[in-house]
Amino acid sequence: MRDALVGLLCGLVFGFGLLISGMMQPAKVLGFLDLFGGAWDPSLAVVMAAALVVAWPGFAIARRHGQPLIAARSVWPTASAIDRPLVIGAALFGIGWGLVGLCPGPAIENLATGSGRVLVFVAAMIAGMLLQQAWQRRTGPPARALAAVVDG
Amino acid sequence: MANFTPVSAAIGGALIGLSAVLLMLLLGRIAGISGIVGECLSAGSDRGWRLAFLIGLVAAPLLATLAGFGPASPLMPASFGVIAVSGLLVGFGTRMASGCTSGHGICGIARLSPRSIVATAVFMAAAIAVVFVTRHVVGA
Repeated sequence: MRDALVGLLCGLVFGFGLLISGMMQPAKVLGFLDLFGGAWDPSLAVVMAAALVVAWPGFAIARRHGQPLIAARSVWPTASAIDRPLVIGAALFGIGWGLVGLCPGPAIENLATGSGRVLVFVAAMIAGMLLQQAWQRRTGPPARALAAVVDG
Repeated sequence: MANFTPVSAAIGGALIGLSAVLLMLLLGRIAGISGIVGECLSAGSDRGWRLAFLIGLVAAPLLATLAGFGPASPLMPASFGVIAVSGLLVGFGTRMASGCTSGHGICGIARLSPRSIVATAVFMAAAIAVVFVTRHVVGA
């Protein structure tokens, strides 16, 4: 129950962050990705920089603190290999992101607007995730990937 | 740079960072949205906080609307076909790379993870290339 309350709180703060930053709007995200359009909007870079200014020291404190306040242990990512799935996966994601301007967070959050286009996007995104899961189960993940906690 | 909104971008970004830090300090988890959604889809345990996070994510703009500062409608002029392909690629790619803009781009870089820095560089470059092609080569 306390886990769920923390999840809810963090989801709300994350959601307000995306909303206030303007990153819920795919057109604004594309305005950042369009470096050569003559009307470049650097806002997304500021969003990431501000998030990092908070998260970098915050994570350092959390790591020094060791055990989290509510759960039994912290689950830090342990994967460190720069391998093919990382690079190919990131490239596929980037291609999809550039086509419409939605990444997973803003896509889910935009369900609140009731947009049919967002609904189609999220349904396809979930299908893509399930497809990846099935594909990975078929090809069999390498032992190293099984042992490592993934990044996010 | 007429559309540049540095102040709201900085405030919003700081809140996103705060959310990631709170989730790690309290629950010891990484605030990566693709991972949260993906793990909700698989039959494992620990679904509770993940579902609650996603509910909070959708509730935020609804609460904001009640308070009078809700989001504008998302502008997505692409066809339904392109939107579906885009969603498939985002879903498949983020799970294959084990992270997206939040898990790699924010949490991973904040951990100074070389893996996440590479992933972020790759998805940024790919997205910039696609926007260049669709807006200035094909759409020109």
